[in-house]
Amino acid sequence: MSVYDQIAEAKAASVGEIEKTGDLESLKAIEPMLFGKKSTLGGLKRLMGEVDAQERADVGQALNEAQLFVREAHEAAKKKFELSDRRAQLETERLDLTESLHVANRGHLHLVTQTMERLEDVFVGMGFTVSEGPQAETDWYNFEALNLPAAHPARSMFDTLYLDLGDRTEIGDGEGGEATNILLRTHTSPVQVRVMESTAPPIYTVCPGRVFRRDTADASHMPVFHQIEGLVVDRGISLADLAGTLNEFTAAYFGGAISSRLRPSYFPFTEPSAEFDITCVICEGDGCQTCQRTGWIELGGCGMVHPNVLANCGVDSEEWTGFAFGFGIDRLALMRYGIKDLRDMYTNDVRFLEQF
Amino acid sequence: MKVLLSWLREFAPIEGDPYELADHMSDLGMAVEETRILNPLEGVVVARVADLRPHPKADRIQLVDVEIENGDPMQVCCGAFNMSVGDLIPFATIGTVMPDGMEISQREMRGEMSNGMCCSAAELGLGSDHDGIMILPEHLETGAPLMQELGLVGDILWDLEINPNRPDAMSVAGVARDLAARLDVPFEIPEWTVPSSGAAEDLASIQIDDGVLCPRFTGRVLRGVTVGKSPLWMQMRLTLLGMRPINSVVDVSNYVMLELGTPNHTYDLSLLPNGHIGVRRASDGESITTLDDQERMLQPNDGLIVNEADEPIGIAGVMGGASTEISDTTDSVLVELACWEPRSIARTSQRLGLRSEASARFERGTDWQINVTAVQRFCHLLNEVTPGGIEIVGEVLDVAGTTPDSISVPVRTSRISMLLGRDFSSEEIRNLLTPIGFDVENTDSQDVQLVTIPSFRPDTETETDIAEEVARHYGYGKLGATVPRSPDAGHLSPQQKLRRVIRQVMTGAGLIEAMPNPFLAPDDITKAALIVEEPVRLLNPLAVEESVLRPSLLPGLLTAVAYNYSHRNMGAKLFETGPVFEASEDSSGLPLETEHLAALISNADAFAATSLLKDLASTLKLEFQLTNVDGLAGLHPTRGAKINIGDTEVGSLGEVDPAVLRSYEIEDRCAWLNLRLDLVIEAAISVEGVSYQPVSTFPSSDVDLAFAVGEQVQASEIEMTLRKAAGEELQSLHLFDVFRSGQLDEGVRSLAFSMRLQAKDKTLTDEEVGVVRQRCIEAVESAHPASLRA
Ligand SMILES: [Zn+2]
Repeated sequence: MSVYDQIAEAKAASVGEIEKTGDLESLKAIEPMLFGKKSTLGGLKRLMGEVDAQERADVGQALNEAQLFVREAHEAAKKKFELSDRRAQLETERLDLTESLHVANRGHLHLVTQTMERLEDVFVGMGFTVSEGPQAETDWYNFEALNLPAAHPARSMFDTLYLDLGDRTEIGDGEGGEATNILLRTHTSPVQVRVMESTAPPIYTVCPGRVFRRDTADASHMPVFHQIEGLVVDRGISLADLAGTLNEFTAAYFGGAISSRLRPSYFPFTEPSAEFDITCVICEGDGCQTCQRTGWIELGGCGMVHPNVLANCGVDSEEWTGFAFGFGIDRLALMRYGIKDLRDMYTNDVRFLEQF
Repeated sequence: MKVLLSWLREFAPIEGDPYELADHMSDLGMAVEETRILNPLEGVVVARVADLRPHPKADRIQLVDVEIENGDPMQVCCGAFNMSVGDLIPFATIGTVMPDGMEISQREMRGEMSNGMCCSAAELGLGSDHDGIMILPEHLETGAPLMQELGLVGDILWDLEINPNRPDAMSVAGVARDLAARLDVPFEIPEWTVPSSGAAEDLASIQIDDGVLCPRFTGRVLRGVTVGKSPLWMQMRLTLLGMRPINSVVDVSNYVMLELGTPNHTYDLSLLPNGHIGVRRASDGESITTLDDQERMLQPNDGLIVNEADEPIGIAGVMGGASTEISDTTDSVLVELACWEPRSIARTSQRLGLRSEASARFERGTDWQINVTAVQRFCHLLNEVTPGGIEIVGEVLDVAGTTPDSISVPVRTSRISMLLGRDFSSEEIRNLLTPIGFDVENTDSQDVQLVTIPSFRPDTETETDIAEEVARHYGYGKLGATVPRSPDAGHLSPQQKLRRVIRQVMTGAGLIEAMPNPFLAPDDITKAALIVEEPVRLLNPLAVEESVLRPSLLPGLLTAVAYNYSHRNMGAKLFETGPVFEASEDSSGLPLETEHLAALISNADAFAATSLLKDLASTLKLEFQLTNVDGLAGLHPTRGAKINIGDTEVGSLGEVDPAVLRSYEIEDRCAWLNLRLDLVIEAAISVEGVSYQPVSTFPSSDVDLAFAVGEQVQASEIEMTLRKAAGEELQSLHLFDVFRSGQLDEGVRSLAFSMRLQAKDKTLTDEEVGVVRQRCIEAVESAHPASLRA
């Protein structure tokens, strides 16, 4: 048998061994037989000494080629076994991902809080700060400083809850017959007064918070509800600035299709005073049942801060002017989701609260 | 205030699309709530009541035969009983579509056929009177279409919302004045003249004792007055504006009030001794029987009208007295047109519960300068509507009290322009103000004009008030829109940001934010086992169940969880942030108001609360110390702890007392966490920005130690000892296992801690780790009744 036949035979034998293996383990077991000095082909290295010098190069090449062939065959077999192992492994790991047992466990902020935060964020973006104050207030902060002295007829616009301070309860001057001492704020305007008293202008702030009225709960009224008011005091502030600021807010909060307008109105703490309407968010101005076919819905009240209010807060109304506005937060929340009854927001039923 | 186009047009030639006119009125501050074009109401005809009979099977309806043309009467079933045989009534024939959209059809009611409907004024949209079928004047033609017969087709009715600062707009003439100015058409109140004879001074006299109460009292004597029906046109206008026609004298009185905004009153002159009328304030103990035959007790500030004997004969501006009331036998009348102090009228009418169209006008302030015109109008109208006319005696009686001074305000064009954000010229301002009754004069200064305020605008007093008038008539919408910018960036305060973070921790832990009622019933406090010496009470609560301001968030959250349990929402996890109230001796009188955070987790033990606290601590980088305390108010007596940050107590946690849960019918355990949010936020702010520890690059070593510890020792105390003993190499420490078992001594449980040690500058050797370990063991064993478990 020629040298070349021996090499061919050894190569065939090695490949035959590889073909006989069925998995990575058995392939590993025959590796000594395939590679190295003691392998079938490795053993033929000795033949190099037995051939002529001029033939040695050819034999050497034949041996190398045979070894390369075996190595490739081994590599292919290894790859094949690895792939099938992986397949088998993956098959055993198959999951039905719809079998999850987890029950979602994240809470929810109250709809009113979410609405309040959204409003705050819009105003912060417009350069405002957020101011807060106590819910129980003195008559001064809630009424008198706001140009609503005792027995002012417009006080009847606010059904007020007063606190019983025992023998410290002060009864009013007899004009209205009501107590004038401590009350639950009927609007967040007292915060505006506190800000003006404690901060030198320029002032750009909003006052969100809880307010109270002596009102029986029904689908559109609650004795406890939430408001946000805004206050700007600066040099040269005008009614046009109020209109522009409300426009900017309306577009930022409701989107570009919604705009705002002012209509003359009356509030004791502003002069000139206005109601502000926004384009009906339901019909976007075309007219529908919600807006009584006018295309507008009334959002809140606003106006130029009354000079008496500025004076009461120690602000010189010749040097500084300002505007204020306010509207209900609960009604905005209601509108956004089409909630029919305000009371639903306050039952604290988790099936309601989880939806927001 | 409702106004009718045809009536407005008696003062100004107002024309235009009804809805455009409505927009103008809204834009002038008289918000239009409804615009109604009076339709022909096809199918509604004038019918005569031919017969009335009881319904054989129903008491609440009767059978009516109506005639609309010569022929057989038609039977209808009707629920009203106010008509008599022979009356003319509006009748909706079969097929008529009513203003509310209902279609009239033939119906059977308890076995009797009904072939149409007898209508009330309200059903026809002609007024607010629902109380009975509208009785029509006798001269109408039976069978004729109603609206044509009433002369109403095509007229326009607007319902306006008038602000309290617009007494002038509480009248048809006032609305016409405003609208005419906007439309740039002339406006005029006619001078009504009436022929008179004789001298009134001999018949009547007026004396004002309190000129502040009564700035002006104008009267006139009329003779030959007969009380009858007013004409149809007058009845219709009153009805459409929401008043019910009564008789000619009352109708004229109401008509003048609606037209000119001047309430007025009539006295039977023969019941006034010597025709004398006085005006003064009431004194204590006085009373009067008013027109409605009620005896009314008076108070010292009430305005009174008295007779010659100084006896009350009327409550000024509120209601007349029964003793001088007009009747069928009346012949001579004194008509009163007075002005009253608004506050006095407001107080008296409110106290007596007698608010009326008249008091509403007096409260806002009526125009004292229109008195004579209004008296003339009254005489003119009564003369017109009384068959054969009346005799008007002598001159107008006119007595002044303290009439308001006319106010003139210097108005700077520059200031108006600045306030409104648009450059006005002085001429523009003058042209806007003059048509609505303001008198504008030049002054020495180019910038300043002197504006005299008309008597019908008592609300207007200052330059700023004038600015509103300028803006109103120029148009708010035309002023433009500019956006001022704060010199500073907008931002939330650190407190506000942290409050949001804390709420996010709560929702991240699966809690839902609730907003329970902050008002409690007095016994809610004891029901929740809270101890509050003096809760803050409301002086005028709507109900006793809502008469106390919450001293804690616990009762509200318990109520909320109980509500959820009763609706099968077991396991509700709720939280709330908000103030609680505590009585205070503060000189301001304000109660102490502190912001709390509370969580109530149902179907969970106290550890649900400690977990929540740990989540908060981790987010806020705060260390809370717990001290087990038995019997905290409202809490499970042996499952409660108070929470400290350093020396400051900031709250408590644990489980709600089982007895409390029973009283709320909550059948599961409930974990409870309550924190002083203000204190927690301040503490969190104080640790913000504390510098970080660089992460060590050297390997760490873990040491686990389990101790048998006496039950009297809190786990946190062992932890503290370990922390101190481990020293600066301690990277982390936590309790990882607790168990109680019979294998341990009695009164002892096993606490296993895991510690990770790491040095900043080197790899700790086994020996070094061993030293720390030993130090920890010795520290715990020497400080506490505890021993290392093998
Ligand atoms: Zn709409």
